[in-house]
Amino acid sequence: MSDVANPPMNLDISNAEYQKNSKTLFGFWVYIMTDCVLFASLFATYAVLHHNTFGGPSAQNLFSLPNVLAETLILLTSSFTCGLGILSARARHKNKVIFWFFVTFVLGIAFLFLELSEFRHLVITGNSWRRSGFLSAFYTLVGTHGLHISVGLLWLVVLFGKIFSGGLTRNNLRQLTLFSIFWHFLDIIWIFIFTIVYLMGAVGK
Amino acid sequence: MSKEQDVIVAEHELSEGNLKSYITGFLLSIALTLSAYFMVVRRSFTADRIIAVIVALALIQFLVQMFFFLHLGKETKPRWKLFVVVFMIMIVLILVFGSIWIMNNLNYRMSPEQINTYLNNQGGGF
Repeated sequence: MSDVANPPMNLDISNAEYQKNSKTLFGFWVYIMTDCVLFASLFATYAVLHHNTFGGPSAQNLFSLPNVLAETLILLTSSFTCGLGILSARARHKNKVIFWFFVTFVLGIAFLFLELSEFRHLVITGNSWRRSGFLSAFYTLVGTHGLHISVGLLWLVVLFGKIFSGGLTRNNLRQLTLFSIFWHFLDIIWIFIFTIVYLMGAVGK
Repeated sequence: MSKEQDVIVAEHELSEGNLKSYITGFLLSIALTLSAYFMVVRRSFTADRIIAVIVALALIQFLVQMFFFLHLGKETKPRWKLFVVVFMIMIVLILVFGSIWIMNNLNYRMSPEQINTYLNNQGGGF
């Protein structure tokens, strides 16, 4: 265990196992990239429709920026704690892994709560997805991201169960790695939602 | 044997990040997010200039997170991951700018002035 940072290379690593894992990681990476294309089509839809307010409110006078900044910082921090969880997993500190991924989970819930309360506020004030083309595109884009976040949280719950029952097995470590890629990716998508939907909306273009 | 082997496999499974790279990425991302936010809130420039700057900040943050959180640059030689990323970026650019271009063009051609001009040129036909 002392050589974690610098593994001895002459030890017999099961090559087949390594190949299988790197293929899994690569396959997941390709999935993530196709998901980027899905989000790109939703961004394109939003870009085309965001002027079509049909007499309703535009992005300039609809969103509360401090709320959005809080969401952004929460998601960014959860991406960071997810990375710390991966580092602890590499060092095989089971308790630290559970701690950091639990922080990630709580931050994810907080993000989802803020997003849903924003949606709720908008719908109550009469600006649901039925109001205009702009709002349909807005809910589809931001809602798809929120759906991904929810799926990620569900995945994390399953992983907690597996880690509690089985410990940090190879399989669970691989799953954690895949989850971390997914979570970092969702934060990257959020950068663009934050910039294009909220900030550019506030500027009024 | 099995425990040591597990560690090595884990080493391969988990990507190459270390604490320093995560902290660097986190601090840079916070700085980029806050500067974009305050640029919009303060309104110290014209709208076009603000848009240009916040888009640039978003692209920088994209690169920062790709490198420091997803460790894109640390891949060894056949760089398949990078290859897929470049391909994804190409598709995304075609999709987004192609859609905006086509739809703007369509809006322009369907505008009432355009239709009137067309009708006049036809000698008031139809």
